[in-house]
Amino acid sequence: MTTDTAVGRFGRYGGRYVPETLVPALLELEEAYAKAQADASFNEEVTRVLREFVGRPTTLTPAHRLTESWGGANVWLKREDLAHTGAHKINNTVGQVLLARRMGKKRIIAETGAGQHGVATATACALFGLPCEVFMGALDVERQALNVFRMRALGAVVRPVESGSRTLKDAMNEAMRVWVSQVQDTYYVIGSAAGPHPYPTIVRDFQSVIGREIRTQTQAAIGRLPDAIIACVGGGSNAIGALHPFIGDTSVRLVGVEAAGHGLDSGQHGASLTLGTEGVLHGSRSLVLQDEHGQIQEAHSISAGLDYPGVGPELAHLAKTGRMEVRTATDDEALAAFYEVARTEGILPALETSHAFAAARALARDLGKGKQLVINCSGRGDKDVATISARGVPPATGVKS
Amino acid sequence: MSAELGKAFAKAKARGEGALVAYAMAGDPDLPRSVDVFAAMVEGGADVLEIGVAFSDPIADGPVIQAASERALKAGATLRRVLDEVVPEVRRRCPETPLVIMTYVNVVMAMGEERYAKLARERGIAGTILPDLPPEESAGIRAAFDKEGVDLVPLCAPTTPPARAEAIARDARGFVYCVSVAGVTGMRAELPPDLSQRLDLVKRAASVPVVAGFGISNAETARPLVAHADGVVVGSALVKAAHSDGPAAAKQLCADIKRGLKR
Repeated sequence: MTTDTAVGRFGRYGGRYVPETLVPALLELEEAYAKAQADASFNEEVTRVLREFVGRPTTLTPAHRLTESWGGANVWLKREDLAHTGAHKINNTVGQVLLARRMGKKRIIAETGAGQHGVATATACALFGLPCEVFMGALDVERQALNVFRMRALGAVVRPVESGSRTLKDAMNEAMRVWVSQVQDTYYVIGSAAGPHPYPTIVRDFQSVIGREIRTQTQAAIGRLPDAIIACVGGGSNAIGALHPFIGDTSVRLVGVEAAGHGLDSGQHGASLTLGTEGVLHGSRSLVLQDEHGQIQEAHSISAGLDYPGVGPELAHLAKTGRMEVRTATDDEALAAFYEVARTEGILPALETSHAFAAARALARDLGKGKQLVINCSGRGDKDVATISARGVPPATGVKS
Repeated sequence: MSAELGKAFAKAKARGEGALVAYAMAGDPDLPRSVDVFAAMVEGGADVLEIGVAFSDPIADGPVIQAASERALKAGATLRRVLDEVVPEVRRRCPETPLVIMTYVNVVMAMGEERYAKLARERGIAGTILPDLPPEESAGIRAAFDKEGVDLVPLCAPTTPPARAEAIARDARGFVYCVSVAGVTGMRAELPPDLSQRLDLVKRAASVPVVAGFGISNAETARPLVAHADGVVVGSALVKAAHSDGPAAAKQLCADIKRGLKR
């Protein structure tokens, strides 16, 4: 089964809503990607770099103590936090930077929210020797100091974006403006499964390595496919990567978790699948947070990676057709889940991932004992320690003070 | 199709001039005062008015128009209010000048493309420019606009290959907007040397007037283009002038540019 309904379309969603200046570049990219896909040596190179450099396959860890504590399904963690640079983002940047090199592009630009995609792009550029500029909302530059340092250490230039909400949406606007100006020799590495066609397809394909590995690993571990897979959704690249290979397996429940921020009623959240309406943002038609006049609203999440008012078009299609269930978790629920996972499993999950954990408890109980639940552990929480520790750390567990 | 645009270009041509399509942002600094800017530009010689409707995420625009969008949104400019409060007033004060709306596709989609086309016609809008709507995505919107006689003006870019540019020109409504530089809106010291050839190519294929826009800010940058285009679009320079020195400055700049457009 495929969700593609026409070239670049996922049901009503997708498309290529960009200035005419960019259309030829997107057509060129579409053609170059099709050729690369058909070329066994390209796929071999991507696979080799993922194995030798990124550390794939990432493990599938049984979460015994969470399973016991939640009292429902057996919980498994797909450990994208163990991929090099600490998140799933590197799967896509390695693929796209190799594609850019194949296309003869001289320079790479990217946008980043939490900084993970920026770090992953800077890393791939360092590995393959291409200059790299990363656009990042000025607010995110403040929130994600560690990742800003990492990008600079890797030789990338970080350009803070002061317009609008000073977050990911504005960084993406700025990257598109710069791309329009330098489209001849510049490759724009988009990090979410969003943006104009063919990006949602390219990003999904490179991230689908996550779901393919889940498939193989659950077969080996339990002799069958899991009963459910859950992943957090901002733009949605880790979610579509984990879920896409299972779209045709109707026995597998696919669950996406959005940021409810201060609460769905507060107007301050990032829940575009739950509360968004159809619109065009950053080159594709999808579900977006907007007012009745079509002005894009600012999203909010404690997690910079989920602080985005849009979502990838394929996820919008999966949500609208009911193939993917959509749940939400607030900032506070994500924080509570962060400590629960840290203290139950010895893993500091990223704040993005913590949203998936926050919603996974109820899902595990819904599924019940004997069922198998995979949580996509999209990234590690090191980048978030400043944000989290600023709110105070709960006292140690099981130790007399 | 709207005959009004064609007439305005023909009148300028009969006077031996290229046409000036003058852009300003509706609602900058507020709705009533932006009407004064539009009226002043017509007094300065503008042949067509391009009325910008702000969008929160204007990816085709440079810093000047981006900042104007933010001001207009703060002042409460919405597509509905621009059509209800700005357009009728501009129409009243400049009855001879065709009006074109420039905004982004999401703003029109939020209103509903058919509803927009109907309202636009009722208010006297001749055409609409949506810079993030390439031909591949435009069939539905164009059909809705055609039904009401509102021209969906297409854009052509420096990166557009010749065959594609010819197809865009052949199929155009209103006029063809040739983007002079690969980039966003904004003033530039120089325009690319191959612009005149690109304009000639588009002009040969087009059955409607052809204008050059992006980067044109004064008589000097406009002058060499009149041999190859039917007119020019000036945006950022006028927005900047109106923002810093008011409607009279925009009028003055229009008059200067018109002098550069004499053949």
